[in-house]
This record gives sequence, structure tokens and C-alpha cells, in this order.
Amino acid sequence: MSAWAEKLRELMRGVFRRQAGGAGGGESAAARETGPAADSESAGASERALSPFWVMVQKEFGDHVRSWRFIILLAIITLACIGSIYAAVTALREGVPLLSGDAENEYLFLSMFTVSDGTLPNFLTFLSFLAPLIGVALGFDAVNAERNKGTLSRVLSQPVYRDDFLNAKFVAGLLLIAVVIFSLGFLVMGMGLLTIGYPPTPEEFFRILLVLFITTVYVGLWLNLSIFFSVRFRQAATSALAGIAVWIFFLVFYDMIVNLIGTALAPVNAVSIKEVQSYANLIMFLTRISPAELFREAASTLLFPDVRTLNPFVTQDQAYLAISAPLSFGQSTLLVWPHIVALIAETALVFAASYVLFMRQEIRSRH
Amino acid sequence: MSQTAEPVIVLKNLVKQYGDFTAVDSLSLVVYKGEIFGLLGPNGAGKTTTILMMLGLTEPTSGEVRVCGINSTRNPMQVKRKVGYMPDDVGFYEDRTALDNLIYTARLNRIPPKEAEARARELLERVGLAAAADKRVGTFSRGMRQRLGLADVLIKRPEVIILDEPTLGIDPEGVRELLALIRDLSRKEKLTVLLSSHHLHQVQQICDRVGLFVRGRLIACGNIDDLSSQLEGAPAHRLELEAAPVSEALISQISGLEGVLSVERKEPDRLAAAVGGDAAPVTLIVSSNSDVTAEIARLVTASGSSLYGLRPHRYGLDDIYHRYFEGSETHERVG
Repeated sequence: MSAWAEKLRELMRGVFRRQAGGAGGGESAAARETGPAADSESAGASERALSPFWVMVQKEFGDHVRSWRFIILLAIITLACIGSIYAAVTALREGVPLLSGDAENEYLFLSMFTVSDGTLPNFLTFLSFLAPLIGVALGFDAVNAERNKGTLSRVLSQPVYRDDFLNAKFVAGLLLIAVVIFSLGFLVMGMGLLTIGYPPTPEEFFRILLVLFITTVYVGLWLNLSIFFSVRFRQAATSALAGIAVWIFFLVFYDMIVNLIGTALAPVNAVSIKEVQSYANLIMFLTRISPAELFREAASTLLFPDVRTLNPFVTQDQAYLAISAPLSFGQSTLLVWPHIVALIAETALVFAASYVLFMRQEIRSRH
Repeated sequence: MSQTAEPVIVLKNLVKQYGDFTAVDSLSLVVYKGEIFGLLGPNGAGKTTTILMMLGLTEPTSGEVRVCGINSTRNPMQVKRKVGYMPDDVGFYEDRTALDNLIYTARLNRIPPKEAEARARELLERVGLAAAADKRVGTFSRGMRQRLGLADVLIKRPEVIILDEPTLGIDPEGVRELLALIRDLSRKEKLTVLLSSHHLHQVQQICDRVGLFVRGRLIACGNIDDLSSQLEGAPAHRLELEAAPVSEALISQISGLEGVLSVERKEPDRLAAAVGGDAAPVTLIVSSNSDVTAEIARLVTASGSSLYGLRPHRYGLDDIYHRYFEGSETHERVG
């Protein structure tokens, strides 16, 4: 793990140095700096040669950062960010009823992410709406563009493992997403700090960090899905459309379909609690297949500490006897832990699918 | 090339099937060290499939491929370290410079960045692209791309290079330069070169040996003379004779010469006929087993006719190509 982190650090150093110092000079500077590092793979070589995988990640990352697509995405997201902060700050100034009950002042900083004066959606809503778009935009032409340009067969005829190619695409995209999400999160925090002048408690800070992490995983899922489509479809436009279609499906239609199934399956005259409970569980399970729902639940549980349970089926006794107090960070995390695991599992599933598909494909140039 | 040289590429009973379609049908072939081998065949003959199997990018249905003594199907990584491959219609990252593209390939081969740049610049110089090193590949012409492709193949210092249709879509002058470059490289670096093409003339120019590949089968293999003798019914020598006037007696006299197989009267070109009228020289095509050029010249002058031209016409790949490839163009490659 530490070796991996070391590699990552080096990679980032190389990327930034190259951007700062122009093409030629930057390369050699990076090489000089990484020279002394011990490398088991190329022991004996005076200079350090990165493994092909990291060379590919580095190149992909550079390509993304330079592309117009990324600049446009970044512009949209930054605008959304600034807009939502503005709306949140206005709302806070006007004294919107904050989080319920006694917690009013306790989580003022968190409400930066969740309140709005009604002119614009809040930060969380923006994020859950835009996140899939970032993922789809970064991955939809990952493989098919290389195939159509004829670079795929050239790269794969180098001593490179075929799976490394796919992994590099994913890792580079995920790295970029992590950088973007975290810097945006910190941007919102920083600007909030300046405008409302109220510092976050460590607990609030960790909650936000975890939300940012979950967002990264969530975007990673969409990135993977779009890479899958880019392996499956030869045309970049088809693959982009497929990605967007899935996004819209989960955004708009999935709830509706679950509702439909729910009405159809609803027990007509419920006899026992068990029956009602199993029905509620089934509907909850169906809803939670959707990654959008998983993300929404996880993020809002972390940002609203007074969410005590995600189970819609609460008995009267439970509701009545529960103490109305916010949960601690650890307890909130426990509550959303299954969600995080499910998100990662769905990501892994999609990745496995694209992996299998890609390994079986013929590598021909262009045709 | 002497046949005692060490074999570099060995194919044994190679078969590749796509469903019911057999793309490569029990192909056996040996390419020796340092030679330029041309894989010649029409589109869809299975050339690209064969090449992909040599690199381990496609698995053969049965049979064995060995490159530099390594089994390509089992150890593709080791083969790919030693073999440079230029796909047909080679693609580059268009928004990167030529230099960047080469350095990227070099680094995928674990060449340290500094050395990669030095090698890339040297190779760009060599293929005549030094001036365009810092230009984006998107601005390159077709011929420049192919030359960059050659540099890209050479940057890992391979033992074998495989070029798939290297001359496709370049103008004749560009083709000539590219082929000269390939030949030059092969001689200087002692590289083994395998190139596929459906342009027989180009292959004829630089290849030591060629293999004729039709519908997944290798129908003939060797140098031009070998091919002629391998192909049944093909005469070894052919002459084009222009003389006037040509009488039937002269024709029968020529036919009577020892070794002559046939004498045909070639229909005059429309253009020539319109100009010359009756006195225009008639072109005869004489096929023979042995070289009868001198005897024919003597016969023509002795008979009182004037001799306008006498060209030895080697039984070229052209004829072989036509004989075997006609009709096979309809079989487009699958996938």
C-alpha cells in the first residue's frame, strides 16, 4: 500500500512538473528527481523507467487535463459550486430554519452544503446531478476512440498487458475525479469559511471528507459504466448516448418503476406485521439497487447528523421512544457503511464486465 | 539470403477460424534472419490475421507460431519486446507532437525518459521528419505518418519488424522513398522484415522472398524464379517482339525454334493503330523454356523484316497475381 502511494506521489510530481516546465525540460527534470529511487524492476538501469502502466496513466491524465471537454466540465461544475454557495449563504443570512430541534447551531457549517434560498439547488443536489455527467464525459470514448484512431493496436503491440490498458484508463479518470471533487469540496468550505466566518468542528470536517470520498466512488461508478460502453460500442456517440440514457433512467424513471412494482405487489389486507415488513424491505431493496439512491442516502445521512435511521419502517414505539439527538460521526458512518460497500461493489461489477468484454475482443485497426 | 540462416519466424500448420469461416488455413512458413519477406495477397486473404497471431494479439484455432524461438500464443509479452509492428493505417495521438508519440512508445517499452527522447530525435532524423518533430501529428500527411510509423516501430530496437500494408495510400514517390528506407534499414541493422501488401510491384522491388497468400492458403513461396517454376504451366521466359512486316512464314519459323512454346500476335493499341496504318510494326509475344532472344533477332533480320524492338519480358508477379487472385476480391475479410 505504501509502495503504491509512493508511486502515486511520483506520478503526480511528474505530471505537474511537466505542465509547469514545458514538454522536454520537464521530462528530464522528473527523471533526474526520481533517479535515485530504488526500483526492483529496472535494477541496473541508471535512470528510472516507470512501468508501462504508470506511463499510460500519466499520459491519460495529461490528455484529460488538456482536453476541452475537461475544461468545459470544470467550468460548469465551478459555476454550479459558486451558485450553490451563494444560495446557501443568502439562505443562512436570512435565517432559514436550520436543522431541526436543538441542533440548530451545532451544525451550521454542514448546512452550507444542504440549504438553499430557493433560487438554486443546494450543493448536494448539484453534485448528485452533475456527478454522473462527469463520469460519463470522461469515459465514453476511452476505448473506442483509440480503436477508431488506430492507436489501440499500436499500443497493444508494445509489451503492455491488455488489462493494464483498461486499468490505466480507469485509474487516470478516477485520479482526476478525486482531484476535482476534493478541490471543489475544499473550495466550498473555504468560501463558506470566509463568508459566514464560522469554522467547522473536526467532526463536521470529517463528515464532509467522507461525503467527498463517497462522491468520488459514485463518479467512479459512472466512469466505469461509460468505459464499459466505450468497449461495447464502436461509435463514441452511441456510447455517450448509452451512458446518458442510463443516467436519465436512474434519475427519472427508476423511482417510477419501483413505485409501479410497489403498487402491484402491495399486500391487499395486511394480516401480520411480518408481511408488511417484508414488503417494505423488498421495496427498499429495489430502490437501493439504484446507485443514485445509494449516493443520495449516504450523502444526506452524513450531512444531516440527526438522521437516525434509513429504515422507512419504524414502529410507533421506536419513533416515540427515540431520543431526538444528532448521531456522532462514527454512528453516521456505520449507518451508511453498507451504502459505501454497495457502491464499490457495483463499481467492481461494471469493471469486471468491461474487463471480460475487452479481453475477448479482437484487436484490429480501425475496421 | 542463404537458406541455412537461422529461422526467425516459424509458422506450423496455423489455422484460424471465425465460426464457419476459415481465415487462415494450415499455413506453414519460415522467415529467416535478415531477409525481407513479402506476404502478398488480395484483401481478405488473411494477411492481417496471420500477423496478429504472430504478435499474440489473436489466438490461433490450432497450430503454432514461434517468433525468435518464442511461442507467440503463450508468451506474447516476450515476443512484443522483440517485434516492432506497424498496423495498416497506423494511428497516432493526433493532438500530440511526433516526438511525444515516439517517446510514449519508447516509455511503454521501459526506456527511461532521457534515452527515449534521444532515440526519438535520432529516428526522426533518420526517417526525414526532424523538421516536423515538434508538430502535431494531426497536421501530417499520409506519407509522413507512414514514416513516423516506421520510426515508431524502430524505437524499441526490435529484432523483427512487421509492416502491415506499409505503402497503402501513399503517392508513388512516397512509396519509393519508404521502400528505400525499409531496405536501407534492413541492411544496416540486420533486421528481419516481414511486410504484407497487395501491391505486387512494390513487393517485387525490395523483397528477398515473397509468399503468395490467397484465401488463407499459401500457394507459392520463394523468389520470383522459384515462384515461376512453382506455378504450374508458367513459362520461364517471354519476349515482346516488334517487327514490320510480319508474315505468317516468319511466325512459323519462330515457332519452330527449339524451346519456343507459343507465339501470339498482340492486338495493337488503338492509339498506335490510328497513327501507323498498315506499315505499323506488329507486336508478337513469344513464350519459351529457354532464352531465345538472340536467335529470334537473327531470324527477323534474315527474313528481311525490320526489327523495331525486342524486350525480354520476365514472367512477372503480375501474371501470377492475376491468375490466382482473380475472383477472390469478392471475399471481404470478416470483422
